[in-house]
Amino acid sequence: MSEVVVKVEGVSKRYRLGIVGAKSMFEDVKKFFNKYFKRIDILQDEGEVNDRTITSTSSNYVWSLKNLNFEIEKGDVVGIIGRNGAGKSTLLKILSRITAPTEGEIKIKGKIASLLEVGTGFHPELTGRENIYLNGSILGMSKTEISAKLHDIIEFAEVQRYIDTPVKRYSSGMYVRLAFSIAVHLEPDILIVDEVLAVGDADFQRKCINKMAEISKKDGRTILFVSHVMASIQSLCNKTILLDNGTVKFIGDVDLGINKYLENKAVSISKKIEESKQRDGNGKVIFSDFHFENSKGDKIDTILTGQQLVFVFKIKKCTHENLGAIDIGFSVHDKHDFGLANLYSSYQKILFDVDADYSIIKFLLPDVTFTPGYITVKGRIIESGVESDAYHGVLGEILVEMGDFYQTGIVGQSNWGKYLIKGEWIKLV
Amino acid sequence: MNSVINKKENWTTVISSKKKWFDINIKDIITYKDLIFVLVKRDIVSIYKQTVLGPIWFLFGPLFTVFTYTFAFSTIANISTDDIPAPVFYLAGTILWSYFQSCFGGAANTFNANANIFGKVYFPRLIPAISLVFSNLLKLGLQFIVFVLFCVFYTKQGLIHPNMYVFFFPVLIIIMAIMGLGVGLILSSMTVKYRDVNQLISPFMMLVMYASPIIYPSSSVPTILKPYLSLNPIVPIIDTFRFAFTGAGQFSLNGLLFSFVFSLIALFTGVLFFNRVEKNFIDSI
Repeated sequence: MSEVVVKVEGVSKRYRLGIVGAKSMFEDVKKFFNKYFKRIDILQDEGEVNDRTITSTSSNYVWSLKNLNFEIEKGDVVGIIGRNGAGKSTLLKILSRITAPTEGEIKIKGKIASLLEVGTGFHPELTGRENIYLNGSILGMSKTEISAKLHDIIEFAEVQRYIDTPVKRYSSGMYVRLAFSIAVHLEPDILIVDEVLAVGDADFQRKCINKMAEISKKDGRTILFVSHVMASIQSLCNKTILLDNGTVKFIGDVDLGINKYLENKAVSISKKIEESKQRDGNGKVIFSDFHFENSKGDKIDTILTGQQLVFVFKIKKCTHENLGAIDIGFSVHDKHDFGLANLYSSYQKILFDVDADYSIIKFLLPDVTFTPGYITVKGRIIESGVESDAYHGVLGEILVEMGDFYQTGIVGQSNWGKYLIKGEWIKLV
Repeated sequence: MNSVINKKENWTTVISSKKKWFDINIKDIITYKDLIFVLVKRDIVSIYKQTVLGPIWFLFGPLFTVFTYTFAFSTIANISTDDIPAPVFYLAGTILWSYFQSCFGGAANTFNANANIFGKVYFPRLIPAISLVFSNLLKLGLQFIVFVLFCVFYTKQGLIHPNMYVFFFPVLIIIMAIMGLGVGLILSSMTVKYRDVNQLISPFMMLVMYASPIIYPSSSVPTILKPYLSLNPIVPIIDTFRFAFTGAGQFSLNGLLFSFVFSLIALFTGVLFFNRVEKNFIDSI
């Protein structure tokens, strides 16, 4: 067994909700009295699990992390995944000593450096060279270390020509390259990286991934990496930690962890579709339920680009008369309700007969090409040319995350535009 | 039991929820000493980038203040300057006071000014405050040169009489720096949660300034108020400075000793308070 370099023991973090004002001062005074005169353990104070589906709360406190326990061994490249609000950032902040845990302890062996942002402390008026010294020192390098690596940093960032120009004149790409270059030349024993790879052009991204892989494999350094981009996690990490509502849900193999994450919390937000009155149409056939599935038939609420996505419509026949064949249609919207695509089965010359009370109709989308983000689905049913159901609400929602769409490990500018495309490249002359 | 394991397994860093009052990590600050100098360089360089006169601007403020004081307090209001030529008298008070004020203000504002960096990366939180003490030193140095030029001019005319006490100057600066840093740190730890304190800082500074012999000499203070004035640890420093360079006014070793002890206590208290809040301040800023 290899050496343990990070040991997290019973770490919890509690945050106070609401604003700080006269009321919170009164509470502080009360707490102080309780602590020193009544000897009540203030940590026993209320506090709830951080679940964003809970909208109203009785408590002023929320546990962003609750009793985390795990160990990381030397040379591990650990991907930390989880939904927004699962506690990833809080964990990184505690590991990088930006804030202290409310309970518990973390023991670290070796020099640790964190990169929660590229170019922290960059001063726009200073030149590239001056900023290398500034940022490097902030990240914990000594002057001699920086001087020794100065040449490599400049070369890696590809900014030789502009190194004595104030960084305020840099393009954003140059700025990020310089900042990242300093970071990868840090050479700490343990490197903590937040989603900084989502910047820069594809070429530079690949360079960074390679550099990080090199750092861990060659020098046996440990990396903790938080990302929403599963492709980067898959190509870089050998271990993954899945956080959910502030607790560790899974730790171990990368592919297993990612699958767990994708089927995480596969709750249907559409439980009440059947009962809803918010709909048009004659109501002979209506939507009853809806969910998404992956190619294996598991209920999911997150999907990677490039994967197969199955739309599962459950429809209900509300009349005893015999019905004609139905045409089922749906539209896909982005988070701003901007329409991305629509499709009726009739476009593909397909109609369905409905005889039973409930029927299930599946639509297989072979390849998700929407850019990452939440997408929603709305639907409509036409029976014998007459609108039967037009449900006003959203049938289902799914989070699209960047997968290995190009099958090269390169992520590209995955947030650009609405669709991802790929094709064949041919050189003629 | 835990400590036994710690020794055996040789952990470099232990991040813990426990807060100890005297858990001050001096070693950490020494590791990051290069950062202090890089920040000093940044502060200085960034001020005069894209200016023609550069650091000369450091002189503009105090000279302008001295001109105003001479006009308003000496010429119009006719406040005594202890027979010291007005420019030297006011410059002596102003440059020391402005050094104290910038050290104090820098330290008091540490958390607000650096919230962004502190939220992204760890380094000892005391470092920006310490580096300001040094970068203000450069400003003070330039102002001091101008002050010396004035002194030379008036000494030749026989109006002022510098004496051996001028060698106390570095000591005075060190006391000022420690005091500014110390009091600033105490306030900074109070501003973290309740910004109300911030609102009190500038009235408080004004009060301290007028309670110090900057626009008036200590000798013109009414006898009834003298005991109260001697409670102000800034008084002996400015008095000593003026006495050293002009030969006028008073010098009291006891007073200076009081200032020194006060500044050490302030620094110690400040560091303790600061240390107490730095771990979790980011949650409440």
